[in-house]
Amino acid sequence: MKTFRTMLFMPGNNPGMLASAGNLGADSVILDLEDAVAPGEKDAARILVRRTLTDLRPENVTCVVRINGLDTPYWRDDLAAAVTGGTDVILLPKCEHPDMLREIADFIGTSSRNGGAIKIMALVESALGIENASAIASFGGPLIGMLLGAEDLTAGMGAKRTPEGDEIAYARGRMLMACKAAGIAAVDTPFPFVTDMEGLAKDAAYAAQLGFSGKALISPHHVHAVKTAFMPTAEQIAWASRVIETAEAAERDGKGAVSLDGMMIDLPIIKRAKSVLQMAE
Amino acid sequence: MNTKRGHQAEGETIMGQTASSQAGTLESNDIFIRMTQVPEGGESSVNVESIVMKQFGEDIIKTITQCLEDSGLKGVNIRANDRGALRCTILARMEAAITRYKESIK
Repeated sequence: MKTFRTMLFMPGNNPGMLASAGNLGADSVILDLEDAVAPGEKDAARILVRRTLTDLRPENVTCVVRINGLDTPYWRDDLAAAVTGGTDVILLPKCEHPDMLREIADFIGTSSRNGGAIKIMALVESALGIENASAIASFGGPLIGMLLGAEDLTAGMGAKRTPEGDEIAYARGRMLMACKAAGIAAVDTPFPFVTDMEGLAKDAAYAAQLGFSGKALISPHHVHAVKTAFMPTAEQIAWASRVIETAEAAERDGKGAVSLDGMMIDLPIIKRAKSVLQMAE
Repeated sequence: MNTKRGHQAEGETIMGQTASSQAGTLESNDIFIRMTQVPEGGESSVNVESIVMKQFGEDIIKTITQCLEDSGLKGVNIRANDRGALRCTILARMEAAITRYKESIK
């Protein structure tokens, strides 16, 4: 899940940004063909994204391509370019129903640069998408996660977007539970107040506390703060290591129940400790 | 094919022009490419201006010329204004310009 801790959006028609994709510290980069690209530049952007993926692929970064929505004339060409380029993940915007994922999955087929199937993430950014979150999350197959898009969502709701995020509490909770139930990644919405670094740190810490896998970002300046928020503390890592050691020792000794610092070490605790260590890697 | 360094005078026009395209921007790390059709029977030409002309001018001209040859287009004048684009970007902008140029012929 570390792949989704920091997912940085970058405009698909900006060669300077795309060239720096591997050097900004994000775990994933989202090469955007949708909102960041003017209608008259869609063709040039998809060519540039494809060339970037094939000729200038950043190492140790998961590459995600956000295509245009299924309600546009662009998405098939976007998908073709992303698949040819060998993207790791397709991000489908305005996802409101699992049938939309089926359409994407059918188009992609099984092609990818490594022989495995290209994965899909669903960007949920409407009231209908949130209400259908469980159905979308349980699509299975290539769907590896969902990303909350709060700007379109709150615009559709007629709600004011605030740094505190009270207006998206329900959407966060509903999407998060749907993802957890389906066992896929839940990625929090970007923090839109670009220069409010204090607000960003609070927002990211809150998302991490809720259990999100990570957060999308719209500025490279946000990477460090979000990464820090989702990184376990040294204390948490030490605790997790001791839990795993204790559990492994108990298993070797054939003990059914074991405790650490007065706390019973059972399966949920072990699971949490493994999760902490995985995030810390 | 003629390959030139430097910049053609603004306002220069080509009589009988029927097809044209452009791609890219003048932003840093990008390259702006404009393609125009030359009069019937005219030879293709590549004219490049770059902020790194001394270091990479020959490579840029070679890349653009190769793209044009690969496209099969004849009688095309290319004017490129490079702002430090990587080869990958030059290839992408040429591909976009060529695709748009072919569309403009249809």
